[in-house]
Parts: sequence; structure tokens; C-alpha cells
Amino acid sequence: MVIEFQDIHKHYGASVANRGISFRVEPGRIHGILGENGAGKSTLMKILSGYTVKTSGRILFDGRPVEYGTPAAALDLGIGMLYQEPLDFLPLTVLENFMLGQASGFLQSRAYYERKLEEWCRQLGFQLNPGLPVGKLTLGERQQLELLRFLTLGVDVLILDEPTTGISPVQKEVLFEALKRLASQGKTLLIVSHKLEDVEALCDRVTVLCDGAVAGNLDAPFDTEQVLGMMFGTPPAPPPRCTASLGSTVLSFEEVSATGGRAGLTRGSASFRRGEVVGLAGLEGSGQGPFLRLAAGLEEPLGGLIRLGERVMNGLDPLEFRRSGVTFLPTARLEEGLVPGLTLSEHFALAFHDRTFVIPWNEVTSWTEKRIDRFRIRGRADSPVESLSGGNQQRILLSLVPEAPIVLLLEQPTRGLDLESARWFWQQLQGLCANGTTILFSSAELDEILRVSHRVLVFYNGSIVLNVKTDETDFNQLGRAIAGKV
Amino acid sequence: MHELNFIVLLAGVVAGAAPLVFAVLGETLTEKAGVINLSLDGTLLLSAMVAFAVTFETGSLLLGFGAAALTGAAVAAVVGVAGIFLGQSQLAVGFVLTLMCRDLAYFLGNPFARLHGPQVLPLPVPFLNELPVLGPILFHQNLLVYLNFLLIGLVWFYMYGTRWGLELRAVGEHPQAAYARGINVRRLQMLYVLAGGALVGVAGAAFSLCTKPGWGRPQGAEGMGWIALAIVIFGGWHPVKVACGAYLFAWLQMMGISFQNQWPSIPAQVFQVAPFPLMIFVLLLMHFSQKRAVEQWAEKHPWSLPLIRFFHGTAPASLGQPARKRLGS
Repeated sequence: MVIEFQDIHKHYGASVANRGISFRVEPGRIHGILGENGAGKSTLMKILSGYTVKTSGRILFDGRPVEYGTPAAALDLGIGMLYQEPLDFLPLTVLENFMLGQASGFLQSRAYYERKLEEWCRQLGFQLNPGLPVGKLTLGERQQLELLRFLTLGVDVLILDEPTTGISPVQKEVLFEALKRLASQGKTLLIVSHKLEDVEALCDRVTVLCDGAVAGNLDAPFDTEQVLGMMFGTPPAPPPRCTASLGSTVLSFEEVSATGGRAGLTRGSASFRRGEVVGLAGLEGSGQGPFLRLAAGLEEPLGGLIRLGERVMNGLDPLEFRRSGVTFLPTARLEEGLVPGLTLSEHFALAFHDRTFVIPWNEVTSWTEKRIDRFRIRGRADSPVESLSGGNQQRILLSLVPEAPIVLLLEQPTRGLDLESARWFWQQLQGLCANGTTILFSSAELDEILRVSHRVLVFYNGSIVLNVKTDETDFNQLGRAIAGKV
Repeated sequence: MHELNFIVLLAGVVAGAAPLVFAVLGETLTEKAGVINLSLDGTLLLSAMVAFAVTFETGSLLLGFGAAALTGAAVAAVVGVAGIFLGQSQLAVGFVLTLMCRDLAYFLGNPFARLHGPQVLPLPVPFLNELPVLGPILFHQNLLVYLNFLLIGLVWFYMYGTRWGLELRAVGEHPQAAYARGINVRRLQMLYVLAGGALVGVAGAAFSLCTKPGWGRPQGAEGMGWIALAIVIFGGWHPVKVACGAYLFAWLQMMGISFQNQWPSIPAQVFQVAPFPLMIFVLLLMHFSQKRAVEQWAEKHPWSLPLIRFFHGTAPASLGQPARKRLGS
């Protein structure tokens, strides 16, 4: 099916998400929609999938204008959208999720759908156990299930929103294989992403969006510089490594074990020096999460010693860690880091005004405004945090960090951020590091780790399997260590 | 003699639980769709009064039950419209309705207080009631009890065996996802709120026309609504387990009565109140079974797994959340 967007506009109140978008998508190809956060990609795809209604403009399928306003109507026209967070039902089983929404009689023929599911799994090389609750599946498997469901519904057009975020490299390979096969069968695939490498590996054609409008269309093979230029105007320089000299040991782990996460942590030892930036690599759930939470005092070790300077920190509560200069920025910003429902100034009051019983609101507000300015947060002192975009939420978290932390712990700090925001974020961090802050961060992007850190710890199944200076290692060695082959 | 006592006791439990079973199954349907109808206690009283008044005036039990079901559905409709379509807090609306319906019931029911009215009579099932032990317990009862048995199985089959039941569970779990799959979320939620309310209404009628016949102040059904709400949680939103909870509570009440006869020196109030804290204790037990340490222990003792799994139950994820204006965007 040929899809044609003609002059699509979308306004949310006063803000404009799409301003006059026009382009064509050909069948049998994988078409990438590229752009930084807030460029209008998701809005455009939500319009196409019937989840939101456009303000003006036309959409044509095979030359015929179509109008619809619900996901169900879009499905009837053959369009399905796979969201970043799959819209599925965690306590229901794989089979039940698969059947929901498919036309069937009052009494369901489970056997029929089980056969169908199995057939599709075989065709695309997926492995799904129909009896398992979806809550026990990984994100990648949930994605596969959604994909199968849309295929059984007979969709012609599949939209995938950031499909590679949060899935393992193996699952990514399986997914890409499946997508290529589907394209060769004549399906139209639209991939929304801000990851250049994914788009380059997968797409035949790319439409770059910038600030709600089309910045350009490109065909494979892509010229990276050109794509970046379209996304950002000028390509951003990668953040340099911090060059401050390293000082004495500020934090050390001695044979620390703990539960938590998928693998827990088994007898982990490492020490960190003043002004050092250390990247924690590994597949998601290999032990980086518990490691950071142990260092923040949020989890208690089952065994071993955690020292901050000379002081043994075992058994102390998180507040004591914070008072001693440890700050933790979790990846789940709205769940663990910020308090939804509170405004920006309330967050600052909560973080910094613990001396007086009555809050001096005037002072807090003017102070908040200064921070908003300094950290370039797009929001007002009285806007609730949940109304801000992910990048801006990350900036708030950073602005909540005390002036000169001794240890700063970051869990996947740039996940979901576009290149520009990530670069800005690291610039700020390097300012801290130059003043002697020790930074520990986990990341799924090896590139990022190699670029900014002095040292890398690789986690595999709850153990630290590699502890090496960045200058003395390379992509391949780290990649092997991540897979457990040291 | 001893055995006879036992049988009489169990028959009493089955009969006594009848209204509660209707109420908990109704509330399970409602909550499974993601809506909490907190007005249960008031609804029970109001529908009990309506059932008694209508039956007293017309002489028709059927009309009484029908009017009670309509009353229950009408009260639930207020919760539904306010919660689903107007986005108001279901808890606040439900709570206010509880108090209002209760007062309304006593005010409107005043002319019918302490009158003798018609009742549902026992209807032994031929042949089956002659079975040893089971006969007198299960089949020497009234029609309501047989409807109970039927309804437990029916609701269970509906929820886990049919497409509509699957949609019901999906709606309460993740309304946005259900909407994306072409399910009319609000219509379904409203439907189950009404159906649940009607069942609660039938429960009220079962009190005033059968289990605690007649109307007066205080009516014997007072407080049962709250218990029903607790039992739904206790049963983990599963129709069969929820019904087990209702029977457990009825059994605790029966035990209270028989213990009172055995130890007359203990004040009667102790036995009347005892089922409530015991119910809380059972709730604690249920949460205890979800502790990690217990799970680890159970993995080493496989025989305990079915028991522990029985106590498992998670609330529908979107339970009680006010519906958003436009799902999704």
C-alpha cells in the first residue's frame, strides 16, 4: 500500500507538533522516520495509527484519501502500530494476549489460535511459550508477540516506535531479520527511531523530521554526516573525555554480594578514585542496577564491605549516603527520581530546604527560576514535572544534584535522549568531574562508554568480569565480555 | 448426634452465605472491569428494603427480586456515570452513596418495619437431597442457593472461557491497550458496573426475603457490604476463590453462634465481632503467601505450591482509576 502524507498539521493547544508534513511511503520497503526528541515523529505515527486526530491535512492510501480516528478503524484499513512500551496485558498469558482483539466467536477456539501462533512463530524464528503470562516475558519477546498479532490481523502497514530500545542485541538481530522478511513479502514498514545505526542497518529510505517539519528524504546507502546535518543543523561534536587528574580512592566495594535485579551481585570488588568517570557495561539486568543502588545505599549488601573514603557504609540508610556526598540518578525518572504531581519549585524545596519548617516560597521560586535558566529546562517553576519531556526531566534531575557531589551515580543517564541532549548532559557532567566528582554510570551504548569514561567495568550474570582502562581495551573485547566470554 | 450437628452446621453455612455470594460475584465483575463500587453496603440495605416492600405490597417474590436488582443497578449507574464518563473519583462517589442509600433505606422503609411478609421457601431437589451427607447440606435448600452454585460456575466460565470474559479482564487491566484493540472500554465498564450492581441488588433481596427475613432497624444485612468488598480482595478477584471467601465468612459466623451456646459465660458480642478480625487475619495470610521468603520455601516444598498459589491474587492494574477523557492520547 502506498501511503501519502499531504500537509499534515497537528496542534496541541498552543504548541505545534507537526507543521505541514508531506511525504510518500512505498510498499515493500522499510522506511525510517528519523529525528531528535520532540521532532514530531511520534505524533505523526500516532496520527497514522489512529491514536490521535490530525488538525489538518490529508492522508492517502493508494491515492484514495482516508479519514479515521480510532486505532480500531486504522486496523480495519490495515495499519498497526507497535509502541515502545507494548500495549499488552501483563497478567494474561501469551495466547490470551494474542487472541484479544481478534475476531472470534463467543466461545473461543484456543487450539485454533495456538496453532496460528505457533505457525507465525516458526515463520519468523520467534520462540514464545503460549501459556506464560506476558509479565514474565522480556521486552523483546513482548514486541515479537505484538508483531505476530498484527500479522495475523492481516495488516499491510506496520509502524514500529523505537523498536530497539531496551531489547538485547540478539533479539535485535532476530527482529531485523523478521522485518526484512516482511518487507520482502510486500508489507510496508515504518520505523521511528533516533538511533542512526539502526536506521542505517535496516532502512531503504529515510525521512528526517526536524522541529515538526520534513528536513529531507534520503535513500540508502546513507551519508551519516548528511543525516546528522538534517537532524540538528550542524552535526554535534561528540563530548570529549574529562582530563582532570585522578585523586585518592573515594569509594570501594570489597567482595560485595546482594540480591535485586535479575542476577543480583556476586562478590563484586572495585574501587573508584576522585575525578574518575567509570562506565558500567553489560546486558540489562546483569548486575549494574544493584551495584549502583548498593553504592547509593538504597539496597543493603548481604555480604562484603562498602567504603566511602575510610568509612564503612554497610547498613546505613540512604539519607546518610546522601549526606556523605553520594547522589543517585535512576533511569526510571518519573518512577524513582521525580515525584509526579509536584511542580519544579516543589521539587527544589523538597531537595534543598530541609532546615526550616515553613518553606520560604518566594526564595525557592526565584532560586528555581535561576536553575531553570542555568540548566536550560523547558518548563516553568509551577509546571508539574510529568508535563515535561524526557530530556527536560533528565535536566531537572541533574539540576537537583547538590553543588559538589563526591560520587554521582547514574543509571542509563542518556537512555531515550537524542544526541544533542546527551551531548549537553555529558558537558554538564564533565564540569562536575573536573571539580573532583567521581562519576559511575551504566549504559547500553558501548560507544558512549568508550567515549567518555576512564575505565570500564563489565557485568555478566551478576559478576564483574572485566575491569579495564578505556585506553587499554576496544569494542571487541568489551563486546565479548558482555556476552560472558573473557 | 455429633455428625448430625456437623451437617446442620454446614447446611447453615451454605444457606447463610447465599446473599453474600451474589454480592461478591457482582463486585468481582465490576472490579475486574476496573471500577470499584464502594457503595455496596448502602446498596444492599436499599435493595433489601425495596425487595421487602415490593413483595409485601404485590405478594410476588419475583417482582421483589426484580425491583431489588433494578435498585442495585441504579445505584451502580451513579458510580459508573460519575467514575467512567465524568472522570470523578469512584471511591468518593461510592462512599457518599453508601451513607445516602443507608439513610434512604431506613427512611423510606419505616412503614414496612417489623411486618411479616412473604419469604423464599425451601425447595429440596428430588433424589439429590436423599444423598448421604451432601444431600442435606447442598440439596435441601432454597432456590437462591442453587442459583448460587450455578452462578459461581457461570461467572468463572464466562471470565476465563469466553471471548467477552477475556475482554472484561483486558479492560480492567490496561484500558488503553484494550482501546487500541478496538474494544469499547467505557461501554464495557458501564455494562459490568450495571451487571455487578444488579447482582448486589439480588443479594439485598436475598437478605430481606430469605436469610434475615423482614425489615427493621438495624437490618441484619448491615455491614455485609463492607465484608463483601474485603472478600473480593481476599479472593484475589477470582470468582471461585471469592465465593470460597463468602463461605468462609458464613462459616465463621456460624461458629460464633455455636460457640456462644457452648460457652455462655463469654459475652455474645465477642462471637458476633470475631469473624471480622478473623477475616483481617486471613487477608494477612494471603499477603504473607506473596512474600519472597515464603515463595522460596515453597519451591523446596512442592506439595505446598497449589495451596500458596491459591492465595495468590493481583488486583486489576487500572482498578479505581478515573477514566481519562480520551483514552490514549
